[in-house]
Amino acid sequence: MLLNNRSKNLYQEVILDHNKNPRNYSQPERFSHFAKGNNPLCGDKLDLFLLLNDEKIVEEIGFIGDGCAISKASASIMTTVVKGKHIDEVRKLFDGFHNMAVGNISASEDPALRRLRVFEGVKDLPARVKCATLAWHTLDAALNNKEIISTE
Amino acid sequence: MQTTAELSTLAFTNTPGFVREYRKDFPILDRMVYEKPLVFLDNAASTQMPSQVMETITAYHSFHHANVHRGVHQLSQEASELYEGAREKIRAFIGASSEREVIFTSGTTDSINLVANSYGGYNLKQGDVILISEMEHHANIVPWYMVARRTGAIIKVIPILDDGTLDMNALHEMIRDEKVKILCVNHVSNALGTINPVAEICALCREKGIITVIDGAQAVSHDSVDVKSIGADFYAFSGHKMHGPTGIGILYGREDILKGMEPFKGGGDMILSVSFEHIEWNELPFKFEAGTPPIAQAIGLGAAADYLNSLDRVEVKKYEDSLLHYAEEKLITVPGLRIVGKAANKVSLHSFVIDGVHPHDIGSILDGEGVAVRTGQHCAEPVMKRFGIPATTRASMSFYNTFEEIDELVLALHKVTELFNVTK
Repeated sequence: MLLNNRSKNLYQEVILDHNKNPRNYSQPERFSHFAKGNNPLCGDKLDLFLLLNDEKIVEEIGFIGDGCAISKASASIMTTVVKGKHIDEVRKLFDGFHNMAVGNISASEDPALRRLRVFEGVKDLPARVKCATLAWHTLDAALNNKEIISTE
Repeated sequence: MQTTAELSTLAFTNTPGFVREYRKDFPILDRMVYEKPLVFLDNAASTQMPSQVMETITAYHSFHHANVHRGVHQLSQEASELYEGAREKIRAFIGASSEREVIFTSGTTDSINLVANSYGGYNLKQGDVILISEMEHHANIVPWYMVARRTGAIIKVIPILDDGTLDMNALHEMIRDEKVKILCVNHVSNALGTINPVAEICALCREKGIITVIDGAQAVSHDSVDVKSIGADFYAFSGHKMHGPTGIGILYGREDILKGMEPFKGGGDMILSVSFEHIEWNELPFKFEAGTPPIAQAIGLGAAADYLNSLDRVEVKKYEDSLLHYAEEKLITVPGLRIVGKAANKVSLHSFVIDGVHPHDIGSILDGEGVAVRTGQHCAEPVMKRFGIPATTRASMSFYNTFEEIDELVLALHKVTELFNVTK
């Protein structure tokens, strides 16, 4: 099979794996923050739950939703990356991810983005940037106690 | 952005000669996308424009550009003649009785908003019923929802059957309710391709005094449309879905109904006399065309009607049917693929889903292979809900598409299923 390079850059093994077997794909028993994300153009939807402890560290995180491989893998990988991190660090990652997805920075400029750089390919596909960033915007909304966000 | 630097490398050996000839009228079909020949299968969203239409628009701007219905000078008169000439072309194209029945709008959406407001807004009362088919595009739902909220009318839905056809038994039953005042249905479903029996529906409604509003956006490019033999009270369509420009559309309305209606928008050109105490509306069709109209687009639409008239439309229809059947045969070889909408009477489009692969991933990967399709809900969310799917991929064909292009689509889909490891 010979696929166009752009597709190969985007649909890497890691993304396909997280799409098929999303991690933290459940509602945690206890959570302190919640938000619903919605991308009406695509019909991507996700519910995001997280539990912050007293030190403002993400102790638990989970999501449930429906969407394309990019949005699902992005949510899955995001949960694995932010778990155990302080919210200041999470917010920095959100900024970094957003800047990478829209092509403002290269992933190689920021070592913290190492595990997120598989999504760098979306910068060449403007229609798909929202798929990749939906989970992150939803996380940001949950942390800011906005319950429903839309990336439209 | 790549352009037409190198010519398309697809060999159209199985394509009939007349199609290869027609393709020459569409310069865009020769362009490359990501170094691959463009395979444009998104015609239900917008059809490509032939050179003849572009040349007509350019000639208008090069030689006749002026405002219409206003000036005594030569250019304004020429522009007015071209604009009104286009109206006459459209009248003949759809078989309307008079030019007074042909209103230029900005598109199907605008046309339906006009009917909803200027007819529905003044005639619907609390408790009246608007029947809307479940397979409507949002353009034939939202304006009615808005007017229902204002008037207290109620919307009831004519269901779709599993094969993607309209439930005619339910329709028969529903129109027996004397509260039903308006029935809205598309001639062809943009999401399923189903051709609805609009002549039969209009005849049934006529007996009951129910006003029919037909969304013809997806019909006009595929087959000859005759509004009189359909018997529609209102028939709406768009220029850019029949190889004309965007920003222009038509509302056909029966003259006796249009006469009694209030204008939709106010402004210049739609009035006979204005004072601050009293305004007299202009006659039909100008009563509904406030302000400077999209003149070049209207003239372009007239040229598009000329172009379609120049085709052998019977032969074209047969060819499109053969594309439809060929595409079905090939598509079902793709693992996990299921076609949504299996009506016996369909225009040349297939909506489909593939197990375990989201349509947006399919769309992106196909795009990378040069194949343009539409993915999503097709502005028809209720249809998606009816079939219990979040979205579909839609390949919609025009008479300039070829068997070889369908092979390209299917090849690209096999790449998708291989990548996502879909095996059955």
